[in-house]
Amino acid sequence: MTAFAIQPVALWSDALLFVLISVIVALTLWARRQGALREAWARVAKNGVAMAAATVLAVFVLIGLLDSLHYRARLEAPPGATARYAVEVNSALDALLSELRLRAETTYSAPLATHLFAREALENSTQREFPRLRYGGAHLGDNLSGHALDIAVRVSRGLAGGVVAWILLMLLARRMKVGAGAPCVPGTPLRGQAMAIRAVTITLLPILLLFGVAISLGGGYHVFGTDKVGQDVLYLSLKAIRTGLLIGTLTTLVMLPAALLLGILAGYVGGWVDDLIQYVYTTLSSIPGVLLIAAAVLMMQVVIDTHPDWFATSAERADARLLALCLILGMTSWTGVARLLRGETLKLRELEFVQAAQAFGVGSFAIMRRHILPNLMHIVLISLVMDFSGLVLAEAVLSYVGVGVDPTTISFGTMINTARMELAREPMVWWSLLAAFSFMFALVLAANLFADAVRDAFDPRSSA
Amino acid sequence: MSILAVTDLTIQIGAARPVDGISFDIAPGECFALLGESGCGKSMTALGIMRLLPAAALVAGGAVAFEGDDLLALPESGMRDVRGGGIGMIFQEPATSLNPVLTVGRQIVEALELHAGLRGDAARARAGELLDQVGIPDPLRRLDEYPFQLSGGLRQRVMIAIALAGAPRLLIADEPTTALDVTIQAQVLDLLDDLRREQRMALLLITHDLGVVARMADRVGVMYAGQLVEVAPRRAFFAHPGHPYSVRLFAALPEAERRGGRLATIPGSVPAADVRHEGCRFVARCSEVMPVCRTVPPPWREVESDQPGQRVRCFLPGAAPVVAPTVGAGDTALAAASKPLLEVTDLQVHFPIRRGILQRVVGAVRAVDGVSLQLMPGRTLALVGESGCGKTTAGKAMLQLLRPTAGSVLLDGAELTTRSTAELRPLRAKMQMVFQDPFASLNPRLRIGDIIAEGMQALGTLGSGSDRAARVGILMEQVGLRADMVSRYPHEFSGGQRQRIAIARALAVNPQLLICDEPTSALDVSVQAQILNLLSDLQGELKLAYLFITHNIAVVDYLAHAVAVMYLGRVVERGSADEVLRHARHPYTQALLAAVPRVDGARSEVPKLAGDMPSPANPPAGCHFHPRCPLADEACRRSYPVETLFGATHAVRCIKA
Repeated sequence: MTAFAIQPVALWSDALLFVLISVIVALTLWARRQGALREAWARVAKNGVAMAAATVLAVFVLIGLLDSLHYRARLEAPPGATARYAVEVNSALDALLSELRLRAETTYSAPLATHLFAREALENSTQREFPRLRYGGAHLGDNLSGHALDIAVRVSRGLAGGVVAWILLMLLARRMKVGAGAPCVPGTPLRGQAMAIRAVTITLLPILLLFGVAISLGGGYHVFGTDKVGQDVLYLSLKAIRTGLLIGTLTTLVMLPAALLLGILAGYVGGWVDDLIQYVYTTLSSIPGVLLIAAAVLMMQVVIDTHPDWFATSAERADARLLALCLILGMTSWTGVARLLRGETLKLRELEFVQAAQAFGVGSFAIMRRHILPNLMHIVLISLVMDFSGLVLAEAVLSYVGVGVDPTTISFGTMINTARMELAREPMVWWSLLAAFSFMFALVLAANLFADAVRDAFDPRSSA
Repeated sequence: MSILAVTDLTIQIGAARPVDGISFDIAPGECFALLGESGCGKSMTALGIMRLLPAAALVAGGAVAFEGDDLLALPESGMRDVRGGGIGMIFQEPATSLNPVLTVGRQIVEALELHAGLRGDAARARAGELLDQVGIPDPLRRLDEYPFQLSGGLRQRVMIAIALAGAPRLLIADEPTTALDVTIQAQVLDLLDDLRREQRMALLLITHDLGVVARMADRVGVMYAGQLVEVAPRRAFFAHPGHPYSVRLFAALPEAERRGGRLATIPGSVPAADVRHEGCRFVARCSEVMPVCRTVPPPWREVESDQPGQRVRCFLPGAAPVVAPTVGAGDTALAAASKPLLEVTDLQVHFPIRRGILQRVVGAVRAVDGVSLQLMPGRTLALVGESGCGKTTAGKAMLQLLRPTAGSVLLDGAELTTRSTAELRPLRAKMQMVFQDPFASLNPRLRIGDIIAEGMQALGTLGSGSDRAARVGILMEQVGLRADMVSRYPHEFSGGQRQRIAIARALAVNPQLLICDEPTSALDVSVQAQILNLLSDLQGELKLAYLFITHNIAVVDYLAHAVAVMYLGRVVERGSADEVLRHARHPYTQALLAAVPRVDGARSEVPKLAGDMPSPANPPAGCHFHPRCPLADEACRRSYPVETLFGATHAVRCIKA
C-alpha cells in the first residue's frame, strides 16, 4: 500500500466550517442574481470602512481556514513497515509556523528578549542568573551589544518586505483587471468600485507591513514573548483565531434553524403555537445564561471523560468539547433572533401580498417559505453579523470562568485565563494579555464595523 | 401687496430637480392651491418655503419673501420665529403629526409658549379657546386627552389648533384632508375656510384633488414635473383650463356621464426629476405637440378670456383644445341574469374583545353585523362607506380570508362558510381579490412572472413551465404590460403598473368574481383613469363580476351597476346606482353624497354631518345613525329600522325614508 507523508484528519468542526463556507459561497452566488440583495451588497461595497473591515476579517478567516486543514504526520519507520502516523494532529497553519511552534523556551520571556524572564540556577554556578534563551536572539551569539541594532535592521527589512509584497500584489491585481477586459463601466458603479478597491488596498498595506515585521522578527526572536511553558505567544494568538471564528460562526449555524423556524411559526400561526414558543423562549432567556452554559458544559465534560474510546486523539476530544460549547451557546442565544423574527412576521402576515396568496389557497408552509422567509433575510443577516462579535467575546468570558473550551484548545479565553495570574506578579507579565487583547480587539472591531455597514445597507429606511 | 412671494425657487437633490423654477405669490387672506399629481414637487415646494427640506435637498436658487423678509437669507433662529409664528403648517397624516405620549393640551401650550409668550393658566385657557375655535366639543376636557383618544378628524383639528396658536398670517396645508373620510373632509375644509375669512389668514393649499380645489381656492397653480404650468383664478380654471395637462386632468375624472365609455388617460408617466428638459416638460404626453415644443421651453402666456390672470406655459394659441369627454353608452353590461353569482345573507364578523388575566371575552367589535347582498354575473356592485364601517372586513369575509361569525355566502350556488380550507381551494379560482395598496400587495422578493403565476401554481390549473410562461405573457398583455417585463421585480414599477400586475395575478385563475378593495385610492387621477378603463374593458371581455369596495363616490358613479351603502357594519341603503346616487332616501347616503366636493364647485343644501362614526364595539341603541342624523327622533332611538323596499331593488333601512 502506498503511504503518504501525511494522513489528513477531518475534525467535526473542520467539516462544519467548510460546509458553512460553501453555504456562504452558494448564497453569495445566489444573491448575485437577486436584484435587491445585490443592490444592498453593492452599497456595502461602496462603504470604505466596511471594505477595510472586510479585508481585516478576510485575513482572519484565511488564518482560521489554514488552521482548519488538519493532518497527522507520518512517523519515521523502517522501509517496508506499515506507515504509522503521529498521535499529534497538526494543521496547515502549524506547518507554516513550525518554527514558532517548535522553538519553545522553558518559561516566560519578554517580547524580543534574549534572556528568560526569571532567574534560574545555572549549571556549574552557584549564582541564579537570567539564562540565555535557547532560540530568542540565539543568532547573536555572545555579542549582545548588537541586539538593538539587529532588531532595527529586522524591522526595516520587514517593512521593506511588506512594501515590496504590497507593490507586487497591486501590480498583479492591475494585470488581472486589465486581463479581465476593461471593466470601465461609466457612471456610479465605477466610482463605488474604485472606492472599495482603494479602501482594500489601503488596508492591505498596514496588514502586509505588520506581517513583514512579524516574519522578519519572528525568525530570530519571540515577537510577543513566551508564556509560562515557553510557548511563543504570537503562535498562540494566531491559533486562537480559529477558535474564535468557529465559536462565532458555528454557533449561529446551530441557532439559526431553531430561531427561523420558531420565530416564523410563532408569528405566522399565532394562537397556542405562539403562546407555547413565547413561553419557551421567555423561560429560557430568564435563566442566567452563564449558569445554564456552565451546567451544560460540565455535563458534556463528564460524558467526554467517561468515554475516552470515542476519540482517537486528544485533538478530537478537544474538538468535541468545542462543538458542544457551540451547541450550548446556540441553544441559549436563539431567543433574541427568534423574538425579532416573530415581530417582523407579525407585521408581514398582515400585508396584502400574504392575503393575496391566502386568497389563492396557498398552504401555510408555502406562504412562510415563499412570502415570509425571503422578506426576513435582511434581519437574519444583520443579526448574524452582529451576534458574531458578541459570541467571540462570550467565548473569552466563558473560558476565563473555566467553562469554555477544553484547556488544551488554544483560544483567546484560555490565553487571558492563564495571563490573569501573572498580572499580579512583580515584575508583571503583560504580553500574553496584550497579544490576546490586540488580536481579539482587531477581530471584533472589524466584525462590528462590518456589521454596522451591513445594517445600514439593508435598512430600508436609510436606502433613500 | 402679497404676503408670500416665491420667485424662481429651485430645489436640488443631487442631480435631480424636484422643484425647478417656481414663482407665485399669495395675497393676505387669499387661498392659493398648488395642484398636482404625486411626485410633481408640490410638497417639496412647501418644505422649501419653510426651510424644512430633508438633508439631501438644497435650495439651488430663487427667493422666498414673506412679508418682505427674504426667508432664504434669515438665520436659523429667525426662521424658527417665522415657523409657527408667521407661517403655520399642517400635514397630511393626522395620526403621525401629533406626539402620542403628550396630551393634546401640552402640545398646544408648547406652541403658545413659543409664539404667544403665554404661560401657565393663561396658556391653558387660550388652548381651550383654540380647540373651541376649531370646533372641538367640550374643549377643556379634551385638553387632557392623548392623541390616541381622538378620531382622525379631531386630530386634524388639533393640528390646525396648534398651527393657529402662533396666529400665523399664512397657513400651509399639505393635503390636509387626504387621509380623512369625505364627511370629515367636508368638516375640516369648512373649518379652514371659516378661519381664513375670520382671521384674514392666507392659505397655501397643497392637494391633488380637483374637488377640494373647487371648494376652497381663490387661485390655482397646476404643477407638473417641478414647474408651474398654469396659474389661474379658480373660476377661469374650472371654466376653461388653459394647459393641455389641466384639460386632461379634468377629462380623467370618473363621472356618471362617462359611464360605459372610456376615461381620457394621459399616456406615459411623469418624467423623472433628474431628466434635463430641452423644451416643454409635458411634450412626451401631449397630443398637440408642435416642433417648437421639443426645443424651446414655453414662456408664460396670458390666456385671453373674460377673467384676467390666467396664464399658461404653452405655445398653443388660445385655450387648449377640449378633450371631448366620451359620453358613455350607459350600462352596457348584460341585463340581470336569472341567478346571482354571489349571494350573501346576514353576514356577521365579530372580533372578540378580551380582558383580564384569563383573557375572558367581554364583548365584541361588530365589524360586520348582518350584511346581505346579491351580485349578478358580469355586473358591478359597489360597497360604499367611510373608513371603519366594515366594508373591507365584509369583502374579506366573503372570500373566507376571515372566517365569518355567522351568515351564509353562496358563490354560484355553493356555500362557502361551512367549507374547510382544503374544500375551499377548488372554489378559490372563481373568486379573487385586488387590494388597495399596490406597494404592499406584491411580494418585493418575487419576480413579476412568479407573482402572476402564483395562483396557477397554487391551484394547479396549469402544469408545464412553457404553458405557464405563455399564459403569464398573455395575462401581462391583457392588463397592458409588456410581456418581456416578467423577470423584473416589483420595485421597478410605478404604482399604476403594480396595480395592473395585481389585477393580472387575480385574473390568472380565470375568476368570475373579483373583489376590488379600493383599487385606485392610492393612485393619481390620471393613473386611476387607466385602471378604471382596464377594469371596465376586462368586464366587457371576460364577463367578470366586480364587488367594488370604495369610499370614492365618483368612481362608483362611473363604474357601478348596483350600490350598497354601509354604516357601522350594516347596509343602510341598497339599490341600482341610479336609485342610490340620484334618489337617495337614507339621510346618511344623502349626507355622504353631499359631502363629496364637486368639481363644479356647487354646494348642496343637505346639511353636513357633524361628529364621527361611533365605535363598532359599542354601537348606539336603535338606529346606529341616530346620533348624527338630522331627522332622528324618539322612535329612531328605540329599535333598528327594518328594511323598507322602494321599487324592486331599492331598499332602505330608515323609518323616515
